[in-house]
Amino acid sequence: MTADQLLLGKGLGVTIRGRQLLRHVDIEVSRGRILTVIGPNGAGKTTLVRLALGLIAPSTGTIKRAPGLRIGYMPQNLSLPESMPLNVRQFLTLSNNDSAALQRNVAETGVAKLLERPMQGLSGGETQRVLLARALMRSPDLLVLDEPVQGIDVNGQSELYRLIVRLRDERGCAVLMVSHDLHLVMAATDEVLCINQHVCCSGHPDAVSQHPAYLDLFGAIDAETLAVYTHHHDHQHNLHGEVVRGDGERRHG
Amino acid sequence: MDDFMLRALAAGLGLSLVSGPLGVFVVWQRMAYFGDTLAHSALLGIALGLLFEVNLQLSVLVLALFIAVGLLALQHRSRLASDTLLGILAHGSLAIGLVAISFRDDVRVDLLAYLFGDILAVGDADVLWIWGGGLLCLLIMAAIWRRLLNLSVNAELAAVDGVQTTGIKFIFMLLVALVIAVAMKIVGVLLITALLIIPAAAAQRFSRSPEQMALIATMVGTVAVMIGLFGSLLLDTPAGPSIVTAATILFLLSQLRPAR
Repeated sequence: MTADQLLLGKGLGVTIRGRQLLRHVDIEVSRGRILTVIGPNGAGKTTLVRLALGLIAPSTGTIKRAPGLRIGYMPQNLSLPESMPLNVRQFLTLSNNDSAALQRNVAETGVAKLLERPMQGLSGGETQRVLLARALMRSPDLLVLDEPVQGIDVNGQSELYRLIVRLRDERGCAVLMVSHDLHLVMAATDEVLCINQHVCCSGHPDAVSQHPAYLDLFGAIDAETLAVYTHHHDHQHNLHGEVVRGDGERRHG
Repeated sequence: MDDFMLRALAAGLGLSLVSGPLGVFVVWQRMAYFGDTLAHSALLGIALGLLFEVNLQLSVLVLALFIAVGLLALQHRSRLASDTLLGILAHGSLAIGLVAISFRDDVRVDLLAYLFGDILAVGDADVLWIWGGGLLCLLIMAAIWRRLLNLSVNAELAAVDGVQTTGIKFIFMLLVALVIAVAMKIVGVLLITALLIIPAAAAQRFSRSPEQMALIATMVGTVAVMIGLFGSLLLDTPAGPSIVTAATILFLLSQLRPAR
C-alpha cells in the first residue's frame, strides 16, 4: 500500500450460506478522495461497506487498511434499545467525550438544537444528521456513509452532499459512500464504483454515467434524466436554501 | 435483631448493590432469558458440586461459564434462534441437574432451598462471598462501563469505534454468572433474574441517562430487599419470593408515572 491509500481491497468475494453476495471486487480509497458505490437493490453495496469496516471478513480476496486508520461510520439505519434513556448529547459522546469536538460537529451538521432530545424521539432526517455528527466525533481519516440521504427530501439531499464535500475539503478525510442512484451524488463524488455483485464499471462519474454497463443496469431513461438534470440547473442552493449562481462550468441553461 | 437477620440483610444489600448496574444492561440488551438460562443451569452446578463434593458457588460459576461459552458457540454455528438455543440449554441443564441430584440419595438435598432461597441458611461465608463477588463485579463494571454502554447502544458502531465487542460481551456474561452464583442462596435460582430486571425496569421511567437508570435501579433493589426481608420476618414468608414480591409492587407503582 502507498502512503495515500487508506483502504485497498483486491478480488473481494463474500459468500454467506451458499449465496454469493459479492465476487471479484477491487476497491481503493485514497486520502482526501470521495468514492461512491452505486448499484441496484441487492447488489451487495452494504456487504462491501461491512467489508471495508472490518465487520465481516471476505470469503476470498484480501482487504488492507492503513495502520491506525480511524473510521467514522454512518449506518443506513439505527436500532437502539427502546428502554435506554439516552439523549443526543449522550449518544454523540459515547465514542469521544470531547466537548470542543462535540460543539464543532453538532454545529456543522445542524443538530445543536437537538442535544437534549431523547434519541428514540428523533425523526428520520434528524437521526441521519445525528449519525453523521457521531461519525465525525473521532476525527476520522475515513468517513463511511451507507445511504446517507435516506429519508431526506431532494433539497435536503443535495444540501447533505454539499456538506459531505465540504467536510472532505476542510478536514481532509476520505469518504466512502453508498447511494442507489447517481443523479444527486454526481457533483459530490470523485469516483464511482458501480456494482451488481461484481464491478460493472468504475471511474469518473461522467464516464460511468455514459458507460454501457451502467446504462444496462439503470436504463437509458435514467441516463436521459441525468442529462436533463445537469443541463437545466443554472443555480445552486446554499446550506440555507438560498439561490446562488452556479459556477461557470455548470451554467448551461 | 437476630444474627441470621443481620446476615440476610447484609447479603441482600450486597446483592442489590451489584444487581442494579448489571440489571440495566440485562434489560437494554434483552438478556432476561439468558439470565434465566444461567440460573436454571445453576441447579446442575449444585448437583455436580454435591456429586464431586466441591464448593457449590464455585461449581455453579464454572458451569455457568460453560453455558455462556456454549451459547456463544451455538449462536455462531446454529441457524436456530437464540431463544430456542437458550430454552434448550436452560431446560436441558435443569433436567440433567434434577436427574443428577437424585443419584445422591445418601445426601439430604433441600431442593426448595436452592429453588427459592433460604434465608436461614445464609452463613458468614455466604455474606463474604456476596460482598467479595459483588465488589469484584462492580470494579469490573466500572472498568468496562463505557465500552459496554457503547456496545449496548449499537454493536456495529461500537465495533467500528474499536470496541472488542465479543470480548466485552463475554465479560458481561461472566459477571451475570458470578452474580447468580453468589445470589442463589438468598433468592433461589428461580427468582434471581427477577432481581436483575425488575428494579431496572422500575427505574426506567425515572431516569434521564444510562448511569442514572443504574443508580435508581440499585436504590429500588435495596428498598425491595429491605421490605422483602422484614416482611418475610414479620409474616413468616419465604425470603426470596418476598423480596421479588416487594420489587414487583415497586415496579407496578413506578408505572403510575406517565411515560416520557
